[in-house]
Parts: sequence; C-alpha cells; structure tokens
Amino acid sequence: MIHGPHIDWFALAGVNSLLAASALALLSAVLVPGPLRRPVAASLCALGYATAIGFTIALYVKSPHGHGVVVDAFRRDRLAQFAGIILAGSGLLATAISYRERMREHHGEYYALLAAAGGGMLFFVGANNLMTLFLGLEWFSISLYILCAIDRDRLGGLEAALKYLVIGGFGSAVLLFGSALVYGATGQLNFDAISAAGQAHDSLLVFGLAMIIAGLAFKASAAPFHMWTPDVYEGAPTPVTAFMAAATKAAALVVMLRVLVTAFPSQAHLWTVALAAIAVCSLVIGNLAALVQKGVKRMLAYSSISQAGFMLIAVSTDSNLGARALLYYLIPYAAMSLGSFAVVAARERELGVPVTFENMAGFGWERPLLGVSMWAFMLGFAGFPLTGGFVGKFYAFAAAYEHGWTWLVIVGVLATLVSLYYYLGLVRAMFMRRTEDLQLAPIGGSPPRDALLQTAVVACLVVTVGSFFAVQPLIDFARHAANSLSF
Amino acid sequence: MTTLLILLPLAAALLIWVLPLNDVSAGALALLAALAEVGLWIQLLVRYDFAKGGLQFAQERNWFSDLHVSYHVGVYGFSVWLVGLTVIAMAAAIAYGFWVGRDRVRAYMGLMLFLTGAIIGVFTAQDLLLFYAFFEAMMIPLYILVGVWGGPGRLGATLKFLLYTMAGSLLMLASIIVYGLSQNTFDLTQIGQSSSDWIFLGFVAAFAIKAPLFPLHGWLPDAYRESSPEVAAILSGVVSKAAAYGFLRIAIAKFPEPVQHYRAPILALAAIGLIYGSLLAFRAPDIRGVIAYSSLAQMGLITMGLFAVNDLGFDGAVLQMVNHGLVSAALFLLAGMVERRTLTGELTRLGGMARGRPALATVLITTGVIALAVPLSSAFAGEFLILAGVFRQGWGWSVVGAVAIVLAAAYVLRLISAVLHRDVGPAVSDSALDLRPAELGVVVPLVACLLALSAWPAAITEHSFRNDRGQTDVSQGFK
Repeated sequence: MIHGPHIDWFALAGVNSLLAASALALLSAVLVPGPLRRPVAASLCALGYATAIGFTIALYVKSPHGHGVVVDAFRRDRLAQFAGIILAGSGLLATAISYRERMREHHGEYYALLAAAGGGMLFFVGANNLMTLFLGLEWFSISLYILCAIDRDRLGGLEAALKYLVIGGFGSAVLLFGSALVYGATGQLNFDAISAAGQAHDSLLVFGLAMIIAGLAFKASAAPFHMWTPDVYEGAPTPVTAFMAAATKAAALVVMLRVLVTAFPSQAHLWTVALAAIAVCSLVIGNLAALVQKGVKRMLAYSSISQAGFMLIAVSTDSNLGARALLYYLIPYAAMSLGSFAVVAARERELGVPVTFENMAGFGWERPLLGVSMWAFMLGFAGFPLTGGFVGKFYAFAAAYEHGWTWLVIVGVLATLVSLYYYLGLVRAMFMRRTEDLQLAPIGGSPPRDALLQTAVVACLVVTVGSFFAVQPLIDFARHAANSLSF
Repeated sequence: MTTLLILLPLAAALLIWVLPLNDVSAGALALLAALAEVGLWIQLLVRYDFAKGGLQFAQERNWFSDLHVSYHVGVYGFSVWLVGLTVIAMAAAIAYGFWVGRDRVRAYMGLMLFLTGAIIGVFTAQDLLLFYAFFEAMMIPLYILVGVWGGPGRLGATLKFLLYTMAGSLLMLASIIVYGLSQNTFDLTQIGQSSSDWIFLGFVAAFAIKAPLFPLHGWLPDAYRESSPEVAAILSGVVSKAAAYGFLRIAIAKFPEPVQHYRAPILALAAIGLIYGSLLAFRAPDIRGVIAYSSLAQMGLITMGLFAVNDLGFDGAVLQMVNHGLVSAALFLLAGMVERRTLTGELTRLGGMARGRPALATVLITTGVIALAVPLSSAFAGEFLILAGVFRQGWGWSVVGAVAIVLAAAYVLRLISAVLHRDVGPAVSDSALDLRPAELGVVVPLVACLLALSAWPAAITEHSFRNDRGQTDVSQGFK
C-alpha cells in the first residue's frame, strides 16, 4: 500500500471547480437535448468560473504566507491567487462573450474546453516545479488548440488551429528541453531547490534557462516568438481569441515572473537583459507590423505583441516594483483585450464577414455603447489617462527607471507614440467616416440583441476606467501578491 | 471648490451622454453647466485672497502612495485668471455651438464639457502626474471634436495634430518619470528644483509643440482651419495657454539652471516665431489663416515674456495670455459668423460687409483694434510689459518685439479692411444678415471682458503673483 501525499484540497479548489464544470458541460453534450444544450453548458461553464473566482478570492485572503502544497509541487500563495482571479474573471467574461457566437454544433464541447483551459491556467500559475509547470502548460494549450478549430465552418479556423498546434508544440518542446537541461545541471525540479543547487555560471543551466524563457515567450506571444499570433488570433473564433489574448498572456507572464525570480535569482544579470531585449523586439515588431494591418483582429493581435513588450519591461527589472507593475497592468490589460475582441465579435456577428477598418466605419454612431467602449479600450492600450493602461505603463516605466534603464523608458515612450496611429486609427474609422462610407450590415434589419456580450463589454469598461481611479487598492492588492516572491 | 470646478463639467457631460435628451435640452443643459461654471469661477475670484497670494483652495487626496502620487489641486493668482479665461471662452464656444446647431448634439456638448473639465484640471493640478493626466485628457475630446465636426480636410488635420502633440507629451512623460522618481515625489509644491538639461528639454518639447513655437507649428494651420470655429477658438484661445502655463509653472519654476542655459535659443525661436507668424498672417489668404498665424506670433511673444524671467515679463505674459485667449476666441467666433453668411473665408471673395451691418463692423473692429495693441488697450499693456521685461535680457529682443507689433497692426488692419471695407466681395450677398442677437450674446461678453481689462489691466498684472513679485515666486518654485 502506497501512502499518497497530503493534499490541500482547498488550495486546488479553484482548479477543481473548473474541472468539474468542464466534466459536467461535456456530459451535457450527450445527456441534454439539443436546444437546451447551449444554455446548460454555458451556465455550467459560467458557474465553474464564478466558483473559481470565489475560491481564488478566499484563498487570496487566507494565504498571506505562501507555502507549497501537495509535496511542494504546487504553490499556495497570493501571487497564484491574484493571477487566478484575473484568469477566472477573464474566463467568465469570455463565456458571456461566447454565448451568441454563431456555431451550429459542439456547444457542450466548447464550454467544456473553455472551462478546462481555465482550470489548466489556474494550475499553471500555481506550479512550483518544472513538471507541474509543463503539465499546466500542456493542459490549457491542448484545450485551446481544439477551441481554435472547433468551428469547422469558419474560414481559416482549421488553419489557425494547425498553426497553433505545430508552433505551440514546438514552444512546449523547447520548454521541456530547457527543463531537462536545468534538471541535468542541478538535479532538481522544484524552483527553490534549483535556485539553491544552481551555480551562477553553469553553461548547461544557462542554456536551459534560455530555453525556458523562449518556451514561455511563445505562450506570451512576445517577439521573436510571436509568428503564430496574428494568424491564430485571426482564424480562431473571436471569443476564443479574446480569452487567449487576455488569459494566456497573463498566465504566461505571471509564470515567467515566478520561475525567473524563484528559480534563477543568481542568473538575474542574464535574464534581465534577455527579457529587456525580448521586450524591445516585441515593441518594435508589434508596433510596426500593426501599423499596416487592415483587419481589426490582426491589428489587435500585433497590438497584443507590443503590449507583451510593455509588460516584459516590468518583468525584466527583477524588482518588487516591477512585479507590482506587471500585476497591476494585467488587470486593465485583460479587461481591454477581452472588451476589444468582444466588440469585434459583435460587429462580426452583425456583418457576417471578417471585421476590417473599412467596415468599422460609422460603428461608433450606430452602436454608441460598444463604440464608446471600444474607444476607451483603444485609449487604454495607447496609455491615455482615464484608463488603467496609463497607470500600468507609468508603473512599468517607473520600474525600468528605478532599475537604471532610462533607455528602456525612452524606447517604451517611442513605441507608445507609434501605437497611437493604429489605435486611434480605429477610433477614426468608427467615428469620423462620413455616412456614405457606412458599410451597412448585409443582412439588414436591426443588429442582433446580445445582452450578455454588452454586459461583458460594460464590465470591461468599468474595469478599464475604474482601475485608473482605484489605483491604491489595486496596487496594494498587487503588492501583497508580489510579496509572495523574494526579491 | 477647485475640485468642484473640475467635476461639475465632467458630471454634466456624463449626464448629457447618458440621459436620452432631445437636442435642445441637451444644448441647454450644457450651456447651463457652462454658465454655472462661470458662476463658480466668480465665487473663486471673489474669495481668492490676492493679498496673501500663493496656493489657495488646495485639496489633496492620496492617489497611489508607493510612488508618491496624489490628487492635489489648487489655484495661484495667475491660475485664477487662466481658469477664468477657460470658463468664459468655453461658455461662449458652447453657446455658439448650441446656436449654430451641431449635429449629434449630445455627443458634441458632452465632449465640450469634458474638455472644459480637463483644461481646468491642467490649470489647477499640483501634482506632476495629475497635470500630465489632464494635459493628455484634453486631447481625447479635441481629437474627436476636430475629427468629427471639422471641415473636409479634418482627418489629415487631426492626425497631424495628434502626432505632433503626443510626440511632445510622451517626451514630457519620460521627463516626469525621471524627475518625479529622482526627487521621490510628484507633488509640484514639494518637488525640488532640478538642474538636469534633459528633463527640462522634455518639458520644453511638450510645451513648445502645444503652444506652438517656431519651428514646431506644422500642425497649427490645418488644425485651426479644419476645426469648427468654436473649437478653433478654444484651441488657439485656451488650449495653447496650457503650454504657456506649463512653461511658467514647471519648466521655468523648477529648472532655473537649464533656463539660463537655454534662454537664448528659446528666446530666439520665440522671436523668429513672432516675426515669421506675423509675416505669414499678413500673407494668409483667408480669415482663419490670419488668426491662426497671429496666434503663432502671439504665443512667441508670450514665451518671450516668460523667458525674460523677471517681474515685468511674467506680469506681461500672464496678462497677454488672457488677452490673446479672449481676442483669439472672439476672432475665431467672428470668423465663423462671417463664414456662415458667405460660405467662404477667403479674403479675396469677401469685402464690404460693414455696409448695413453695424453690429458686425463694431464688434470686429473693436476686437481687431485690441488685437493690434493700440495704446489704452489691454493688449498694449501686456505687450508693453513683455517688451520692457525682455529688454532686460538685451535690447535686441525688444526691437524684434516692437517690429512685430507694427506687423500686427498691418495684418489686423488688412483683415478688417478685407472683410468690412473695400468693394462688396462676390461671396457677400445683400441678404447676408447683420449679427443676430444670439451671436452678439456669444461674442459681446468676450469683448466686454477685453474692454474691462483695457480699463484696468492691473486687475491681472497686480494680482497674479504674491506681492506682485513674479520673479520671487518663480525662483522659489512656487512653494
């Protein structure tokens, strides 16, 4: 008889509630009659996410001192719960955005996978050794591969999924190989054990570190590991894109922060520079490529690459201020990403064709609520005041300055300037085109009512704008999470 | 009180956006809010203790403490006047927009009120990051106001305007981060003076583009021509003063050494802008062009007064900020009124409008005469003080300024005669009416303020700084 380890079920409650929701939603695909399938599966998914939010908040409150659980494979600390709240919130909003997506079948499977992906991410951000890290990564990645391809009628959906699968698989392999090298160099899998066992100048270890960074950068879609992003974001169903843009990036960046700070503190002089280089690459490539896009989803994809650059600036400073900057920034970032893709989804459902700058003309006046929200999201991405994006960028730049990297502040500022052209280009398309340029819906009639999507957009708007005013509570919240790491 | 001044228009804007009002009630509500704002400002003016001077009506709330950023607002003597300029010009602009009847009234009026709140925020913010937030927040409504309600070339104009001003602002953001973090506070009343040239130049870049100073005025002609007249009035009358205010409150007050280093080049740019703007104004083919380039010239003059860095220069610059704000707002609104009647602003197609239109002629000539700084006008007082101030930095600067005043007379008289006198232009039909009572109601208060200031320019010059010693205030960094 083998004695299993002691398991802190409470620490895994968020993950488990999402797994349960996933299983039930999957069952509903066979047990529930056709017309009811969508509402039942969607409510189960939403319920799972809502429960997960509840559990992560409770865990955040009850875990002021972080500690490892389940033989130290999983970390119960405020950092994981902070990320968990953002991830579960994103999942809940993504469920609302998905509800009216035009999809003929596979509703049960869709929501089951959406819940499973969220569960995987929640597990991923709590990972405390290289095995659980990889497990969590594959768990949510595989769910997402299928979600991208689930709507087989969608033009480019399969292509996107295949591309994501191949490149994502490559990224995972790189991460796994890097883990193997690190294990080879130190004989340890646990993050703090690696830090204790690793020598600062062990070339095997450094090589492994580089590959781990690359593997995580694939998931965060930071340049030069971003090649899959535009095609996948464009081809995937828009609600899935919204979820990927917000949650995958948040999870990957939080994990990157955790791994680098806990497992590789003695190599900090190397990875800070590496991350700064990746950040600059992302800013340059993301911004320049976004300038010439015609499709709104592709533009947002490149913008998400450049946003990854801003957030990597914060991570690269290896400081508590930088960690706070990242964690704070993730709140408005997730809201802006979800919100902007939700608006794109609304327009897409209205027109039945991919959304371009051209056919956003006049949207702002036709649908003022969505138009104004989109305006706010674009201002937020561009770092204008009255949105949390402004404060987030300010924190990231402040962290870079405190680290002594004034040049990085200048790069960030210039990147922001370039980004104005395309972010405000969308505002221009929505509000400033003359009435005769309007591309009215080919179906005609009034646009479909979609209360759930509008509620989600309003929620995103509230978070985007609210985070500008409520900086102090949010930054305290982020500070407690950042204190889980030792700087 | 200060917070109320900022929040009242913002709250009114939200109300107008959210409530399903019809066009007339939305406009009326906006006008009411703008007038209430004027009333609030009069309260402020009466209750501000000019004898004591310094920062008053200050309010402070923590915003985020780990980087020492707070919501801190308050007014100095000179800010009282700039806030006054804002509320009066905005009320006139909103009233004019209401009377003309812009389409999409709710969006339009909401944005105008939002803009009011943001500008007042700029003039009252006592925290660097808050200042920046308001400075940027001005751009949000302006971008839409020019881009949606502007003329045919509005898309290009907004893009140019946006990229120019944002390039400056973002450099300023970098400066603010470095300055605030190195001083460990962002509070303008506590932050120490700095001797860093780079930080100084970051601020100067933002303000020089916003003002604009030569050679950074590339956005100006398009933006002023393509906006609707009331938005152009605000842009040149009020928004440009945010830049002059920034020079005075931050760039000059906080960077005494770099000011010494860069005084000559900045004065030179201002002087070139003054002459060059005046010459372009003299050659401009349309009314808006004349006012736009005269605005470039006037901002050069104001900058000269500020960078003289002495009592006379500061007094003159503050007076001239208010003067030029009122003059320019009035002229752009008058230009809009003329364009409504003739459908063109081209001077060759105008002319002879004075005949049978006494009200238009009287108002335009009065404003013009003040603009060209005839003795006894408030502009004369302002320009005289600026020239006297800058004389202390070298007589050459005063000569340049004096030449520019002659040029100002030339372009203003050319404008007046091209619109009002000479033969009746082809675009002027006999049925074009004189100014209607509503139009008079919009523009006469502005002219009345100018006349009042002409009668008593000391109202501003002696009530801007503590004990009327601008130099002392500035050298202490307004602490």
